[in-house]
Amino acid sequence: MMLHLGAWLLLATLVASHPHASAQVIRMAPQSNLTVLDPGWTTAYITRNHGYMIYDTLFGMDGKGKIQPQMVDRWSMSKDKRVWSFTLRDGLAFHDGKPVTGEDVIASLSRWSKRDAMGERLYSFVDKVEADGAKGFRMTLREPYGLVLESLGKPSSYVPFIMPKRVADTPADKQISEYVGSGPFVFAKDEWKPGEKVVYLKNTRYRPRSEPASGTAGGKVVKVDKVEWLIIKDAQTQANALAAGEIDMIETPAFEIYESLKKNPQVQIVNTVPLGYQAMIRFNHLHPPFDNAKVRQAAMAALNQPAFLRTQVGVSELYRTCFSIYPCKTPYESGKGMDFIAKPDMKRAQQLLKESGYDGTPIVIMQPSDLLVIAKLPVVGAQLLRHAGFKVDLQAMDWQTLLARRAKKDPPLKGGWNVFFTVWASVDAMLPVGMNAVNANCDKAWFGWPCDPTLENLLASFARTEDDKERRSLAEQVQVRAMEIGTHAPLGEYLIPVAARKNLKGFVTGYVSVMWNLTKQ
Amino acid sequence: MIRFVATRLFAIVPVLLVVAVAVFLMLRLTPGDPAAVIAGDSATSEQIEQIRAGLGLDKPITTQFVIWFSGVLRGDLGESFFFKRTVASLIAQRVEPTLALALCTIVLAIVVAVPLGVLAAWRHGGWLDRALMGFSTLGFSIPVFVLGYLLIWLVSIKLQWLPVQGYRRLEEGLWPFFKHLILPSITLSVIYIALIARVTRASVAEALTEDYVRTARAKGLPELAVVIRHALANAAVPIVTVIGIGLALLIGGVVVTESVYSIPGLGRLTVDAVLARDFPTIQGVILLFSVAYVLINLLVDLSYLVLDPRIRY
Repeated sequence: MMLHLGAWLLLATLVASHPHASAQVIRMAPQSNLTVLDPGWTTAYITRNHGYMIYDTLFGMDGKGKIQPQMVDRWSMSKDKRVWSFTLRDGLAFHDGKPVTGEDVIASLSRWSKRDAMGERLYSFVDKVEADGAKGFRMTLREPYGLVLESLGKPSSYVPFIMPKRVADTPADKQISEYVGSGPFVFAKDEWKPGEKVVYLKNTRYRPRSEPASGTAGGKVVKVDKVEWLIIKDAQTQANALAAGEIDMIETPAFEIYESLKKNPQVQIVNTVPLGYQAMIRFNHLHPPFDNAKVRQAAMAALNQPAFLRTQVGVSELYRTCFSIYPCKTPYESGKGMDFIAKPDMKRAQQLLKESGYDGTPIVIMQPSDLLVIAKLPVVGAQLLRHAGFKVDLQAMDWQTLLARRAKKDPPLKGGWNVFFTVWASVDAMLPVGMNAVNANCDKAWFGWPCDPTLENLLASFARTEDDKERRSLAEQVQVRAMEIGTHAPLGEYLIPVAARKNLKGFVTGYVSVMWNLTKQ
Repeated sequence: MIRFVATRLFAIVPVLLVVAVAVFLMLRLTPGDPAAVIAGDSATSEQIEQIRAGLGLDKPITTQFVIWFSGVLRGDLGESFFFKRTVASLIAQRVEPTLALALCTIVLAIVVAVPLGVLAAWRHGGWLDRALMGFSTLGFSIPVFVLGYLLIWLVSIKLQWLPVQGYRRLEEGLWPFFKHLILPSITLSVIYIALIARVTRASVAEALTEDYVRTARAKGLPELAVVIRHALANAAVPIVTVIGIGLALLIGGVVVTESVYSIPGLGRLTVDAVLARDFPTIQGVILLFSVAYVLINLLVDLSYLVLDPRIRY
């Protein structure tokens, strides 16, 4: 108890030592309201971004897609590739003043592995993880695994953030209730007003790496005293507040206000996440007619990426077609096996549908009318599928209803579904392992529940190999197989650049929106 | 009268019980699952199930109701599924902005609408009456968000007189507090000005045709005293009723204004909670609204005693 008290006094001193009188504050309208503070409890990107503010990671991914050490100082792998030893950097400490130890790392990774698909796969190879001195830990694998560093350095949800052991010991099905990390910012819990604002203070004890910031790697140098996330939901109000200088940046401005923001001489548009977001259609493999691969192929042949992108995004410089399940301009991008998507052909779609024996049963497409970033995709999809010969039942609902409904395995007529559309950060689709949409492990797969041992074997082989050439080949085979069985279909990529006042400098380009390195001039 | 007040206060209990059961059941029957919302887009069915169990949503509905309602009886509204904070603390944080906005709006509406309505009634059928009623129709017709954006564009962006958005608590100073409330109050009050002005006009116009007004004029009373002391005073009951209903509607009906001006009030809390299926928060807010409606109606009823001596409870 006394230890805790001391730690909190230290935290209070640390926070109180800030020069409030001339504090430099960055105010940002974030992409959404921060509701869940536990980055191990939700895959929501806003919670992931909150995680990057207050926690640190063992490894990060630089702007070129390479995994780089972050909290780790040095690491080694045994000759038989089964034992990995890691040593943490000197001087790493949590916000309560306690040093980061191997025990903290072990507890954090253990909790993460129970939630994250990539973590779960890694831990299926792990025999044991032990502390190795105060600052080290050793991971012993049952057999070599090719994605150890990629897993520990994965940049998007769920990110393996390191928490104090006492926090990380919280069961994976319970939310943590203490928000102490060792990251570049300290969460000011007292100043947090749910639904109104979230406040982060500079962690003056943080020791950034010496390398320049890049992606989620490199030196996380905080150059302001305070960051405030102001929850402004209305897109026009965000734009007005930016124009009036009441906020410094909008993380994800709506497409509709893009042109007016661009014309404002005091506003800059910065593309901090060049990979952008990938839109996709998902079929339910459990129920007719999409339990038939030929029907799924017929649907894919009817889809037309430019039509989706033009309608949904509208601003031509903010979208691009991409005929690969992996994001374009990433290592595994390939056009192999993508004929259905790359060369949409309505006649072929109609022919395939005829051959499939489709009996005219209406297909239920769920349309989230309140989620503007994807609301138009189902409308375009419904029209294209009607042309192909499907009888379509387009059902409008709010996003939350869709989230609940898509988890149901019931037949469409009993509250289930056939098709939904979504969009996710392209970084989540960079590797076949960890890309939810290609998991084909039946009941355990992502919503839609494809079941295909061939695809699962390819994913397992990819996870095992360390050879780049073999990985590339396997990634391509995964794509070909995923398209053969129609796990999902990519519908193109969007960019959602940040809009900021021109006096804000030092944006870090990468995979997620980060607040370190920013200066306000 | 004490008995009347006690009876009305006691009536809150069955009202709350009915509201509690209805809201609880409606939320459980409405599509949507808080666990799926919390889990996020990339979560699997298994993870959603884990979260549902963690929230206690896997228990039978009756068990969930008993747990929640026994808490309510002890004054505990439960904990938000999302924020890990008590519903009471979330509501407490949001009450001030909404109350401040509602009070400023209703005061502004009364100060503007009652004189306008009286003037229109006094000059019934004349150009002033027609102009005021024309304005009133416009006030009814213009959507709140259109007026809000127009005011922001003109006053905040072009003239830079007032802030675009946000709210400052009273403890942060009187001027910052009012500075952030001026535009939202004007925006929101327009429709209430239109409503109250119309009711005032109709009531006062009717009172002005009464015999006692003719008698007052015959006695040689100045016209201002006739209109204010005789006509307006006797027309006050319907006006106060409309103001009371307006205030009750305002407390729960400021959502659009709160969104346009980014004011963290109860309206936004309710919408956010509904969209996220944050059951405890929705239930808590609706119970609060119910109590507020009952109390406001009680105050309106009591005001009749003062305004109309013929009324006795």
